[in-house]
Amino acid sequence: MASPTVPMTPALPAEWRDFLALTKPRVMTLVVFTALCGLLAAPVHIHPVLGFTAILCIAVGAGASGALNMWYEADLDARMKRTRGRPLPAGRMDRQAALHFGVALGVGSVVLMGLAINLLSAAILAASILFYVLVYTVWLKRRTPQNIVIGGAAGAFPPLIGWAAATGRIDLLPVLLFLLIFLWTPPHFWALSLFVSTDYAAAGVPMLPVVAGVRATRRQVFLYTLPMAAAAIAPWPLGLTGAIYGLTAGLLTAWFVLLAVRVGMSREADQARMKPERALFKFSILYLFVLFGALVVDRLVLA
Amino acid sequence: MTPDYEAEYRRRQRARAMVTAWILGGLVVLFFAIAIARMM
Repeated sequence: MASPTVPMTPALPAEWRDFLALTKPRVMTLVVFTALCGLLAAPVHIHPVLGFTAILCIAVGAGASGALNMWYEADLDARMKRTRGRPLPAGRMDRQAALHFGVALGVGSVVLMGLAINLLSAAILAASILFYVLVYTVWLKRRTPQNIVIGGAAGAFPPLIGWAAATGRIDLLPVLLFLLIFLWTPPHFWALSLFVSTDYAAAGVPMLPVVAGVRATRRQVFLYTLPMAAAAIAPWPLGLTGAIYGLTAGLLTAWFVLLAVRVGMSREADQARMKPERALFKFSILYLFVLFGALVVDRLVLA
Repeated sequence: MTPDYEAEYRRRQRARAMVTAWILGGLVVLFFAIAIARMM
């Protein structure tokens, strides 16, 4: 007897916009900006086409990290208000497509960087993608409240890669820029996590406010701000930049520290009324943009 | 598969094919430009 035939309806293919969303375009803007600043601050001339290629590879590499992060964290994203509209938890794309897309972007960006620019920048790009995906996303994020501290290193690579793409080597200034972003990440993310901690708690992510409490997190925000301030100001007294960067860094960092002190002294428990935390989070984004912008202006003026 | 579903399916396929074509075209131009820049 012949078995009844069941009409099969193929699943709708994901929209190209969903693939774009996998690359976390908003995060990419800061990555591209800091990488571009690292490249422009380097004391050598790079052909505009090669400079564009280097920045494109860094952007695509960051997109690969974002896509692989979303592929691995689809279950987690579904439990958080902030992330449940993403393509995978919303069911607009299957996981296999996201994995293939992320791997293709990652391999493509590293190979192009190696062939068109230099092996050092390709190696650091590969390391940053692997660090973000394997060390931060897979290993640490769900296991330790220090996830942001170590994960911050992944976001700190772009200016280092930009510099290495232009010069073919690593110097003290890009290392300080790496340190600056690395130390900036904890106060930036912990300020955010203070006023969205219920979201993280619902998803079971061991963010510091969830595990150690609001008070300890506020103290950590302030404590990490101090070495960050030192890394931000250091290039000027070390003679690596001029007064434009030095004065901008001094003023902006003083304001950052002041906001961090307000966060450290706050006793507010209601997330909706955590004004100092919101102010620090917003300012921290502006801080990095203006500081890196000042660095480029300073280096161009010096040149 | 209903006609509406099939139309949406084809629309998405076409849009993805178009974006892929633009990206490939962009890469061809970029590789050409890189080759010229590295010779200079």
